[in-house]
Amino acid sequence: MALTATVQPPVTNGNGSNNTETVPVIDIRDVTKVYKMGEVEVHALRGVSLQIHKGELVAIMGPSGSGKSTLMNILGCLDQPTSGIYRLDGVDVGKLSDNELAAIRNKKIGFVFQSFNLLPRTSAIDNVEQPLIYAGVPRRERRERAKAALEAVGLGNRLDHHPSELSGGQQQRVAIARALVNRPALILADEPTGNLDSRSGAEIMYIFQKLNMERGITVVFVTHDPRIADHTRRVIRIADGQIVSDQPVADPIIACPEEPLHGQPKHKYFL
Amino acid sequence: MNISILDVLRLSFVALGANKLRTFLTMLGISIGIAAVIALLAIGTGVQEYVNQQFASAGSNLIGIVPGRIQRGGPPSGFGQQSVLTMADYAAVSSNIPGVVDHAADFTSAGNIVFGSRTSRVQISGVTPSFAQVRNWPARKGRFINDADMSARSRVIALGVTVVKDLFADGEDPVGQIVRVNNVPFQVIGVMEQKGSSFLGDQDAVAYIPLSTAQERLFQALAQSKSGDRLISTIYLQAETDRDRLLIQSAARNILRERHRLRPDEPDDFSVISQQELLDTFGAVTSVLTIFLGAIAAISLLVGGIGIMNIMLVSVTERTREIGLRKAIGAKPSAILGQFLVEAVVLSVIGGALGILIGIGSALGISNAVDFRPIVQPSAIALAVSFSAAVGLFFGIYPARRASQLNPIEALRYE
Ligand SMILES: Nc1ncnc2c1ncn2[C@@H]1O[C@H](COP(=O)(O)OP(=O)(O)O)[C@@H](O)[C@H]1O
Ligand SMILES: [Mg+2]
Repeated sequence: MALTATVQPPVTNGNGSNNTETVPVIDIRDVTKVYKMGEVEVHALRGVSLQIHKGELVAIMGPSGSGKSTLMNILGCLDQPTSGIYRLDGVDVGKLSDNELAAIRNKKIGFVFQSFNLLPRTSAIDNVEQPLIYAGVPRRERRERAKAALEAVGLGNRLDHHPSELSGGQQQRVAIARALVNRPALILADEPTGNLDSRSGAEIMYIFQKLNMERGITVVFVTHDPRIADHTRRVIRIADGQIVSDQPVADPIIACPEEPLHGQPKHKYFL
Repeated sequence: MNISILDVLRLSFVALGANKLRTFLTMLGISIGIAAVIALLAIGTGVQEYVNQQFASAGSNLIGIVPGRIQRGGPPSGFGQQSVLTMADYAAVSSNIPGVVDHAADFTSAGNIVFGSRTSRVQISGVTPSFAQVRNWPARKGRFINDADMSARSRVIALGVTVVKDLFADGEDPVGQIVRVNNVPFQVIGVMEQKGSSFLGDQDAVAYIPLSTAQERLFQALAQSKSGDRLISTIYLQAETDRDRLLIQSAARNILRERHRLRPDEPDDFSVISQQELLDTFGAVTSVLTIFLGAIAAISLLVGGIGIMNIMLVSVTERTREIGLRKAIGAKPSAILGQFLVEAVVLSVIGGALGILIGIGSALGISNAVDFRPIVQPSAIALAVSFSAAVGLFFGIYPARRASQLNPIEALRYE
């Protein structure tokens, strides 16, 4: 089952920095991050500048310890850079209060972790509802939106399953549903397929591509797997805290799971 | 838009429900504290009320005047021969002071009452007929001493319940029988209402005869001063109001000082005491008791509170990753603070409610075992509820603050 050919991702020009017509979703300039471990200073990021525009689907690659997670945490407003500027949708994040940052994490960004980070002993739908609770969404609407989000990731028939009753791939899809339930402009995923087999990984890519193309959500994810990275139109490589390359993907792979996402009728995959 | 209060509550209940045994045990710590507060306050209040009743049954706004000086709560310490009250003293204070609505006098000594082969050794009081009204103590059967008995110096006697039990068989009617008091025959005319025993001793171990009979026939020698005046053990003056009582007390004191020719620097050789003063004295003692019991209970509540703090700290540590996740998906520090604080308060308030039930239960249990009835006051319950909420807030704030200030990335990485 291929994606409809009529839906095209917005065209980007590789490093994205020449596009001056619109305000980039992500705009970081000379960002550094230094961790102080007693006497030792670890320079996790050494001056990273990067623009990502609305509707892009971007993979970040790099060896272990190169600073990918550090960068993702800063992009996700979970951490602050040591120096440099981060503008999210034109807003200088460095000037925001803790409460304003929390609101941004809640509404603008959906974060997906390598280790899923679902609440244990909590049903899938309750897990997906959590961000809406902090957004002050009424209970009825919460359930409807959480259900819709789970259906969008092909888990409409697993609403009341607990994480322990779900496979790794399914758990990650619950986490993606949680990330998209509050209709964010940006989904950030730090090695979302790192703990998954290749088939589950392909399912995640399928979902990301769908969200990206059908809803125009900007998706940035980290991966070690070149094949996974080739599902995007832009791959950024990081080494030793610096961007070493930022290239378009010539011929992106369109994800196509061998079977429909775990027994869901086709028309219910997406809204 | 922010998280609603209802959702904060919901999140807290879900978290508390996740570890039911621990939640229950933590609550139990508070329950025991609150139960102790309720039960011990109930006992304290019950004792207070019991003391009040004992005095109230003696008659309200009653003033007693006795010879010699008594220390508060202690036994009378006489001044030897000089410190006596006479019939003339009684007449002076009972007829010259405005506001005295009723009065009585007695002369009391110990005596043996014999009926058949049985003997009862009790206090025998010669009293004026008004004694029954003034002391608020009527005869249950037969009648009390009357004016005719008084003027005729009749050999009639009204017996307390204890004396009746000592002398007569069950079902035997004492009224009309002849008993011998110190070998003098008396006819039983009545049986007094039962008063019960109290911390004042067995109040029913008494017998009443006319004052004139006591002074002039039974205790002729004892009831006579050196100068030949007839003596009185107690003068009772009844006031209508509390204000009158104070006026009467000072008026009686002035009259008696003058009659006893006391110089201004000499202390009184008599004591004017009122039921209210005794009540106040005992009231002070019993409120100290109540406070003391309350303090003991408060300590156990404190221990319960520390238990809550401990569990909340453990819970914050255990749930570090959850807290990190919640922050990552947009929970504000205040939302995290609120959730953990509400958890602590819910623990302590539900624990408190349970404690109130246990406390009331044990107060009822205690009332079966003791003379007095423990009293659970609504104010004690209000105190317990607000105290337990305060304990939850106080001991919950530190763990909750710790949770709210966690760094989301470090929290998410926590193993
Ligand atoms: N909290 C931290 N304290 C100290 N050093 C850190 C911390 N987080 C990351 N680092 C260091 O920063 C560098 C980059 O780490 P990270 O961004 O996790 O790399 P990656 O995700 O690419 O593997 C590494 O050398 C790592 O040891
Ligand atoms: Mg990493």
